[in-house]
Amino acid sequence: MNNNTLKNASIAAAITALLTAPILGLQLRLEGYKVVVHSHWQPVLWAMLLVFAAQLLRPALGRALGRVRLPALPRLSDRKQRSALLLLLALGLLWPFLGSRSAIDIATLALIYIILALGLNIVVGYAGLLDLGYVGFYAVGAYTYALLFQFFGLGFWLCLPIATAMAALFGFLLGFPVLRLRGDYLAIVTLGFGEIIRLLLNNLDSYTGGPDGINGIPKPTVFGLEMARSASVEGATTFHEFFGLAYRSEHVVQMLYFVALLLALATLFVGSRLIRMPMGRAWEALRDDEIACRSLGLNPTRIKLSAFTLGAAFAGLAGSFFAARQGLVTPESFSFIESALILAMVVLGGMGSRLGVILAAILLTVLPELARDFAEYRMLSFGLVMILMMNWRPQGLLPATRVHVELPR
Amino acid sequence: MSATTLLEVRDLSMRFGGLLAVDRVDFDVRRDEVFAIIGPNGAGKTTVFNCVSGFYRPTGGRIALEASAIQGLPSHRIARRGLVRTFQNIRLFKSLSVLENLLVAQHLQVQSGLLRGLFATRQYRRAEQDALERAALWLDRVGLRDVANREASALSYGQQRRLEIARCMITRPRLLLLDEPAAGLNPQETLELEQLIDTLRREHGVSVLLIEHDMGLVMNVSDRILVMENGRPVMTGAPEEVRNDPRVIKAYLGEE
Repeated sequence: MNNNTLKNASIAAAITALLTAPILGLQLRLEGYKVVVHSHWQPVLWAMLLVFAAQLLRPALGRALGRVRLPALPRLSDRKQRSALLLLLALGLLWPFLGSRSAIDIATLALIYIILALGLNIVVGYAGLLDLGYVGFYAVGAYTYALLFQFFGLGFWLCLPIATAMAALFGFLLGFPVLRLRGDYLAIVTLGFGEIIRLLLNNLDSYTGGPDGINGIPKPTVFGLEMARSASVEGATTFHEFFGLAYRSEHVVQMLYFVALLLALATLFVGSRLIRMPMGRAWEALRDDEIACRSLGLNPTRIKLSAFTLGAAFAGLAGSFFAARQGLVTPESFSFIESALILAMVVLGGMGSRLGVILAAILLTVLPELARDFAEYRMLSFGLVMILMMNWRPQGLLPATRVHVELPR
Repeated sequence: MSATTLLEVRDLSMRFGGLLAVDRVDFDVRRDEVFAIIGPNGAGKTTVFNCVSGFYRPTGGRIALEASAIQGLPSHRIARRGLVRTFQNIRLFKSLSVLENLLVAQHLQVQSGLLRGLFATRQYRRAEQDALERAALWLDRVGLRDVANREASALSYGQQRRLEIARCMITRPRLLLLDEPAAGLNPQETLELEQLIDTLRREHGVSVLLIEHDMGLVMNVSDRILVMENGRPVMTGAPEEVRNDPRVIKAYLGEE
C-alpha cells in the first residue's frame, strides 16, 4: 500500500463526509409546532469509514477482479438466435395456459416493453441516434386511442393503426429539428421533447383531463365481440354469450395477452425485415459514417427521419395497446423514467441485437415484479446493474451478430 | 466549354476566416481523362476536392458537371449526379461486411418501397438479387471476393483502399475523385492501383480526378496534371511538361 492510495482514500472520505453530512447527519423533526434540527453524526462516520476502507482496498481488489471474468453469454450464430426466438415464441404461446392470472398479466406488460424496446432498438441500436424522449411517442399512441374513444367513440382495432400513424407523424415532425444534432446534444433535445409531450398532456385539461387522465377506455374486442360481463351497448352480444360460455375474467386477461403477443410478433417481424432491407442497411451505414453516406449519394436527412418515424410508430402501437389494457391513461405513466427503462433494455440486451433486447425487456419487467418487497431499492439496484454492465460488458448481454447478407461462394 | 469537358472549375476560391486556402483555381476534366492535382502539403488540393464534392461551400467561383452548375449543392445531391469520391483517411462502414458496404452504395438503384420490402415481393427480391450480383462482380474486379463476408474493418489497408474505390464505382459515377489513393500502399499495391485506375477509365467509362503524392503513379497514370502551391494554380500540362517545368521544380524543392 503506497502513499497515493492513502491520500486518495482520505480525500474520498472527506468528500463522503461533505456529501452525507446534510443527508444522514441532520434530521428535521416536528416537535409540537416547532421544527427542530437533530444532528447525529454516527451514520456519517460509518459512511466515511466504509468509503475510506473501500478506497484503500481498491487497488488490491482491482487486481484480484482483473483476473475474474464475468460469465459471458456465448455469441450465438444467426441460426441459433432464430431457434432461441422460436423457443421463446413457443413458451409465449403456452404461457397463458401455464401461468397464474398475475403471471399472465406481468407477461402482457413484458410484451408491451418488448414492443417498445424493439422500436427504440431501431433508433438507438441500428441508426445510432440516442433518443431519450421515446416515451413521448408512447404517450402519443396511448392518448390518440384514449381521445378518439372519448370524443368519437372509436374502438381499439380502428384506433390501433391511427395511433401508430399518429406517433409516426410525431416522430417525423420531431425528427426535423434534431437532424443536425448528434450524440449528447441529440439526447438532450429528445429528452426535452419527451417532457414537453408529457407536460402538454398534463396541462391541456379540457381535452386530456389533465393529471387525472382519461379513464373507461375499452379493451380490444374479439371479432367485434366485446369481452365483458355485459355489453356496454344495449342489445349487443358479448363474447361469452355468443359462444355460450360462462363469463370468466381470466379470459379477458388471456385475450389481452394474446393481442400483445400478436403485436409484439408483428413488431419483431417488421424489425427483422427492415434491417435486411436497403433502409436498414442505410441506418447502419449512417451510424458508422455519415460523411461516407453523403459521399455516396445517401441523404442523411431521409435516413434519420425514417429511423425516427418508424421507431416512433412502434411506440404508438405499444401506447394504444397500453391504453386499452389499463383502461386509463395519465401523464404520469409517461415520465422520463420510462424512457430510461426502455433505453436500459436496449443497452442491457445489446444494441441492435433483437434476441438480447427481448430478453432484457423480459428481465427488466419481471425482476421488479418478483422483488416487490425491495421496491424502494429498485432504482438503486437498477443503477448498480447499469454501472456493472458498462464496466464489464458494454456491448450488452447478447451482442448483436452483424452479418445479415452473405455471398455464396 | 467544349463537348468533351466533363467537369469545369472556374475561379474557385475558398476562404476560411483570414486564410485563403484556394485562390482562383481553374481547370477542366475531360471525358475519359485521368487528371491529377499535385502540390506540396497545404497547397489546397484537398480543399479543392471538398469544394467540388460539396463538402465545402466554395466562397467564390463556379463548378459545373456536364454543363450544369453544382457549386453549393449538398454533397449527396452532387454524388447523385455522378461525382463520387474517396477519402484520404479511408471512410468505410466499419461494422458492416465488405459485401454490405457495396450494397449500401447501391441504395439509390435498389430503392424499394417499404411495403414491397416488408413482404418481399418478387420485384423486391429481384432488385436485391441484382444488387448482390453487381456487388459480387465488383468484388471480383478488385480481388475482394474471398473476404466478402468479413467485417470491413478487418481488411488490410490495401484491401480497404480497393473496397472504397469499388464502393464508389458501384454507384456508376461519371467522375471519380481519388484523394491520395496510394498513401500507405506498398510498391506492389501501388502498381495494382495504377492498373485498376487504368482499367476503370478504359472499361467503365469513368473520368478520374486524382490527388497524389506518389510521383511515379501520377506520371504513369495521368493525362494532364495541375500543379498547385499555396492555394494558387502554378501550371497545368501533360506529365512531360510538368516534370521539366522550372516553376514546378521550384515549388517542390524550393529556391536555391
